[in-house]
Amino acid sequence: MDAATPILSVENVSKEFDVSAPWLNRVLEGKPKMFVRAVDEVSFSVPRGSCFSIVGESGCGKSTVARLVTGLYSCSAGDIHFGEGQGGRPVRVQMIFQDPHSSLNPRWRVGNIIAEPIREMKLRTGEAQIRARVEELLATVGLAADDADKFPHEFSGGQRQRVSIARALASEPELLVCDEPTSALDVSVQAQILNLMRRLQDELGLTYLFISHNLSVVRHMSDTIAVMYLGRIVEMAPAETLFNAPQHPYSRLLLGTIPDIHAPKRERELQSGEPPSPLNPPAGCTFNPRCPLANDRCRRDLPNLFAVGETSVRCHAVEEGRAQEMPSAG
Amino acid sequence: MTELQVPSAAKSQPGRIARFLDSDLWWSFKSSKSAVGAAITLGLVIAAALLAPVLSPQNPYDLASLELWNAELPPIWMEGGQMPFLLGTDVQGRDILSGILYGTRISIFIGLASVVVSLAIGIVAGLMAGFYGGWVDNVLMRVGDVLLSIPIILVAILVSSVAQALLPPELREAGISIVLVLAIAMYSWVQYARVVRAQTMVERRKEYVQASRLVGTPARRLMLKHILPNTLTPVFVTATLNFGLAILIEATLSFLGVGMPPDQPSLGTLIRVGNQYLFSGSWWIVLFPSIQLCILVVSVNMLGDWLRDALNPKLR
Repeated sequence: MDAATPILSVENVSKEFDVSAPWLNRVLEGKPKMFVRAVDEVSFSVPRGSCFSIVGESGCGKSTVARLVTGLYSCSAGDIHFGEGQGGRPVRVQMIFQDPHSSLNPRWRVGNIIAEPIREMKLRTGEAQIRARVEELLATVGLAADDADKFPHEFSGGQRQRVSIARALASEPELLVCDEPTSALDVSVQAQILNLMRRLQDELGLTYLFISHNLSVVRHMSDTIAVMYLGRIVEMAPAETLFNAPQHPYSRLLLGTIPDIHAPKRERELQSGEPPSPLNPPAGCTFNPRCPLANDRCRRDLPNLFAVGETSVRCHAVEEGRAQEMPSAG
Repeated sequence: MTELQVPSAAKSQPGRIARFLDSDLWWSFKSSKSAVGAAITLGLVIAAALLAPVLSPQNPYDLASLELWNAELPPIWMEGGQMPFLLGTDVQGRDILSGILYGTRISIFIGLASVVVSLAIGIVAGLMAGFYGGWVDNVLMRVGDVLLSIPIILVAILVSSVAQALLPPELREAGISIVLVLAIAMYSWVQYARVVRAQTMVERRKEYVQASRLVGTPARRLMLKHILPNTLTPVFVTATLNFGLAILIEATLSFLGVGMPPDQPSLGTLIRVGNQYLFSGSWWIVLFPSIQLCILVVSVNMLGDWLRDALNPKLR
């Protein structure tokens, strides 16, 4: 096991979804086949034991990246490589889902839900051993042993998310993909779940791929943050660098939306517009219709990622040094 | 309330029966007069049919027990009525009450069997179509559409008359009820398939199915252990209502003469035979089997209606 090789490397991965009308409609109405490019040439790597976060608006493709990494979707192009797992076996990847109400089968007892990965992957033999492991996992996530006999509807949202984490841990994963694990929870419960996840990371040496639209949550968790816009990574930087010195105009827009308790009435840059339809993305930089710094080059050429210090950013304005005109948020 | 709390307080894990008695469904059943009434009626009808050999004064299948001088006796409360023929006799001296009890048995058997067979086909087809989608879905559902576009009586007449022509004579007697079951099932599986497919398409996308997929659960187990239990609620309602429908279809086929033969009469056969004597004044031969058929189907449908409302979250 080599600590230097990343546990996960994603190389130029793209994912297209076929959103065409049914065959008969296409033939009769002469409609063409239509594809949505949900993820477009995304590359990143996640070092072992770290937390890599992806942020962006809804529809930017971050959940698709999560499902590509777990293998629930297959890539249209590009490769996903995993490092070597413990004892030479492949890296085990598990996922924590967004909605704790639909991620647990309502007709199964919690004990069976958590035991399912153990049974499917034959990690323990014998019912007594499985039961003991389930109780151990429940204790790990802060639930009681006799909660195993309850049904999911007997729990609150935060407790269900704990069950969901216990199920993910049951298969002894090394990489946990967390798809907005706290966005369906109350703020007070969010903090509990995030602290639980950090504790588990320390205790079990987990690596997280963390997907969220909530920047405060991400700041609490991550080592590295990637900002996605319309299927592309527009900026990638170590967490504190991103928060202190955001480069891309979109990152600044996002950071500007975080409420600040110390300056509640500060002047804020008003930003209009919504993300354009991924069915018909604008030419050039996809952010140009909303970008205050956009010029003709931005409307024509797609910028490439380039490095500014520790940050990789995909922006003509930053590259040309025009970005200083825009006040930094925060 | 205290009675209800005892089972859950005594043990942290109440048993299935205790949980059922504590459930909304049981409460809704108890508070619905029509549901309780229908359930009691249906229970009595089924019990009487099951106990037919004990209850009925005569074995209608045993031709030796028929006496022609007992033919066309009116019901017991009319002039000329005789014991033990409570509801009178038909033209061959067969006791109407015994005929009804045995006929109900056959009707219920064919209704139940066709529901079971069509459930089995419909659930498998619906799960496959909803889970795999694509061409599997297209093929299964288009076959179903075609079947549904033909009137069921026509399909059933076709199937049962073709089968009767094909079956060797010695099998015809025994095979006819099985042919009827298959003819009805061939039509009604489509409804179950549609219900299960729609629900499967919803459940398949839910995160608990994806979570199970991630640990390598094979498709068969995903379908049977995760998705199927979550699709069954609407299927039960459809099955209950279709049970009544299946009994009616069987009665119609028997009435038309392609169903059960007169020597193993179902309710429909009894009505057909009795219908010929209606205008000769022997109204009891046709009236009593018809009443029984009505009671049976109405009570099944009332139970089905109650179940549909009780399981519909929007009506709670």
